[in-house]
Amino acid sequence: MRVTSGIDHSTSRPRQRISAGALCLAALGLAAKAGANTSNGYNLPTGVTDLAQDMYGLHMEVFWICVGIAVVVFGAMIYALVKFRHSQGAVADTTMLHSTKVEIIWTIVPVLILVVMAIPAADLILKQEDTRNSELSIRVTGYQWKWEYNYMNAAQGIDFFSTLARDSNFARQLNSGIDPKSVPNYLLEVDKPLVIPSGTKVHLLLTSQDVIHAWWVPDFGAKRAAIPGFINELWFRVDPGKEGVYRGQCAALCGRDHGFMPVVVDVRTPEEFKKWVETQKTAAKQAALPAPAAAPAAPPPTAQALPN
Amino acid sequence: MANVHANNTAHDHAHDDHDHHGPATGIKRWIFATNHKDIGTMYLVFSLIMFFIGGFMAMLIRVELFKPGLQLLDPVTFNQLTTNHALIMIFGAVMPAFVGLANWMVPLQVGAPDMALPRMNNFSFWLLPFAFTLMLSSMFVPGGMAAAGWTMYPPLVLQTGDSFPMLIFAIHMMGASSIMGAINIIVTIMNMRAPGMNLLKMPLFAWSWLITAYLLIAVMPVLAGAVTMLLTDHFFKTSFFNAAGGGDPVMFEHIFWFFGHPEVYIMILPAFGIISEILPTFARKPLFGATSMIYAIASIAFLSFIVWGHHMFVDGMPVAAQLFYMMSTMLIAVPTGVKVFNWTATLWRGSLSFEPPMLFALAFLFLFSIGGFSGVMLAIVPVDFQYNQTYFVVAHFHYVLVPGAIFAIMGAVYYWIPKWTGHMYNMKLATWHFWLSTIFVNVLFFPQHFLGLAGMPRRIPDYAVQFTDWNMVSSIGGFGFGLSQILFAIVIVQCIRGGKKASAKVWDDARPNGLEWTLSSPPPYHSFTTAPDIK
Repeated sequence: MRVTSGIDHSTSRPRQRISAGALCLAALGLAAKAGANTSNGYNLPTGVTDLAQDMYGLHMEVFWICVGIAVVVFGAMIYALVKFRHSQGAVADTTMLHSTKVEIIWTIVPVLILVVMAIPAADLILKQEDTRNSELSIRVTGYQWKWEYNYMNAAQGIDFFSTLARDSNFARQLNSGIDPKSVPNYLLEVDKPLVIPSGTKVHLLLTSQDVIHAWWVPDFGAKRAAIPGFINELWFRVDPGKEGVYRGQCAALCGRDHGFMPVVVDVRTPEEFKKWVETQKTAAKQAALPAPAAAPAAPPPTAQALPN
Repeated sequence: MANVHANNTAHDHAHDDHDHHGPATGIKRWIFATNHKDIGTMYLVFSLIMFFIGGFMAMLIRVELFKPGLQLLDPVTFNQLTTNHALIMIFGAVMPAFVGLANWMVPLQVGAPDMALPRMNNFSFWLLPFAFTLMLSSMFVPGGMAAAGWTMYPPLVLQTGDSFPMLIFAIHMMGASSIMGAINIIVTIMNMRAPGMNLLKMPLFAWSWLITAYLLIAVMPVLAGAVTMLLTDHFFKTSFFNAAGGGDPVMFEHIFWFFGHPEVYIMILPAFGIISEILPTFARKPLFGATSMIYAIASIAFLSFIVWGHHMFVDGMPVAAQLFYMMSTMLIAVPTGVKVFNWTATLWRGSLSFEPPMLFALAFLFLFSIGGFSGVMLAIVPVDFQYNQTYFVVAHFHYVLVPGAIFAIMGAVYYWIPKWTGHMYNMKLATWHFWLSTIFVNVLFFPQHFLGLAGMPRRIPDYAVQFTDWNMVSSIGGFGFGLSQILFAIVIVQCIRGGKKASAKVWDDARPNGLEWTLSSPPPYHSFTTAPDIK
């Protein structure tokens, strides 16, 4: 998914955040130049977490081994197709029936190649599943067709839904007449993204309220099914300096709008994140107060009218 | 159809002329068919029709995916199409085609007069048109066809409308058909081989079907169990898969994929058998390592039972299970590789000619191997977290199924149809069909590897704009591939109607091996009524 700046389409921000935003932009500018966080359209993203980078490395290792094997095997096939043609007068060697020696070799060598692949893979499995010492846990619940994020630890009490952004939603209607290219981050934008701090081991607890969904952000190398009745876990730590907005999608067929329930994560510096948590908590308190006489009635908790 | 029947030749004069009036005439011949050749023909014709229906659904999918935005289909219809495209191709095109080839060729190859249980054979076939009529007519009931994927995961599949019991019942009928067909094949091979045809002398196609038949009997009942549990969850308040009732959605995945993984090997082992028949013929050289090849098929079949978890890596699997399934899945590459190497060795120092069956077999060798490589990549668990449920998986299984299984089927038809009809076919048109199919199938599916790696999930009707270009290329490939199949139908219909007379050996210049080539083209309606001599 593309790295974009921290431009927030839905609400306005207090002025003091602009400098922080500018800092983010600068950092992102550096990050974008430093390494390809975005997929180049052909390959996996190199990613912004250790896990994603390890996955990318293992993927390329296995890929090149396969290319090497293909060069040898397809090379032999092509050679045979060219050299041993009936039309060119080739005579078949009908005594060539079997060779136990050769069978043993081309059984054992592939096994050895597979062992070479399996060792780093096993290491990475162990690393991926190690959710110990997580610093921030968030419960993610899949619904038809949106996500709910419920924070724990220091951000306890923050709970909101994350739904496909309105402009994408209008454009994607059948024969809407709206050109998808005119919609920023078409199908990859939500009204309220998940906000997390960089440099922090984030631990997600996934479940679902209805059918099986899956939460996936390619740049994090994070994907896991959200299954009703289960709590699945995954963890990732976004590298410091890689702040920005990362996008993913639901990765398990979940009905009509499976393609229309994106995952958007806004990664901020730990200081920024702390400020965001405070703002959220204050806003939640204000929303919970009884309606003051002069002001209009407090908006219902699910409304998105509050500043981020 | 009138040409596809016996010319009683000198081989069978002892029996048929006086007590038989030849095959029945009209529709009765087909409804009451007990002749393995007629039943084989019916399976193949049925499979071709289903291939076009499933293919039409794929064309609609590729039209919608040509550009971002929704132009043609609403999301539910799109999900119905992806679901039913798969169900029709798997259960209506690929499996019946292989069964049709088995019906035609296994008795001929083992020197048997017919299948062991001819009436059950008839029932096995006729279940299928009824099953698919039921399944396809479900588009007319409230809610339309099922839209939960061919994998039918609960709880989503339990949201299906009125068509749900139609789908389940259709699957039961297809399963019963397969189980009975498999029984027939095993009994025929074990009991009715001509004297002297010991198992190690048996052709590879018959071997591949012997093993496939055991896989079918082992796993089709498991699918039946799984879908019956869906049925009772839906109608009778059981909670097999309903977490609120104490059930487990993941259990369905286990049960389904315990069937599902051997199922994909069911769809490829007969293809392996076909390639092992075609390559030696047109390389003019015996299959290299034939015994090894048989052991390889048996190993693949055994291993296919212990890898099902690789479809479930992202579901929250314990580490020990992830390690086990990764290693068992990677291990399947070993016997499969052995087969690819043995096929290559068959070509090596051969004398190769490139008739249509050989072209399809060679394309299989290259393109199935590409599918195999993406399979090895998918087996690597940590990276599968990036590939799972993306177009990378779609590319993988379409490579092994289309230029894999389907090309093997087309190669088999081009190889054996002169035997079945007694006519050679239009080689030039068949060669055009081959080249157009091969080029377009790659244009269609290769870019899907890129889409998956770049982050496009599967089973979505609309996509983010960065996926536009490869989707457009893939759709163009799809339209080209689909249209090219019309040539296949034309070649077949023309061949049935007439053509240059085929000799018994058919491929006179090449080296066909096997009892089928000792019979006339077409063979007598009842062949091998006396057992042939096996040297």
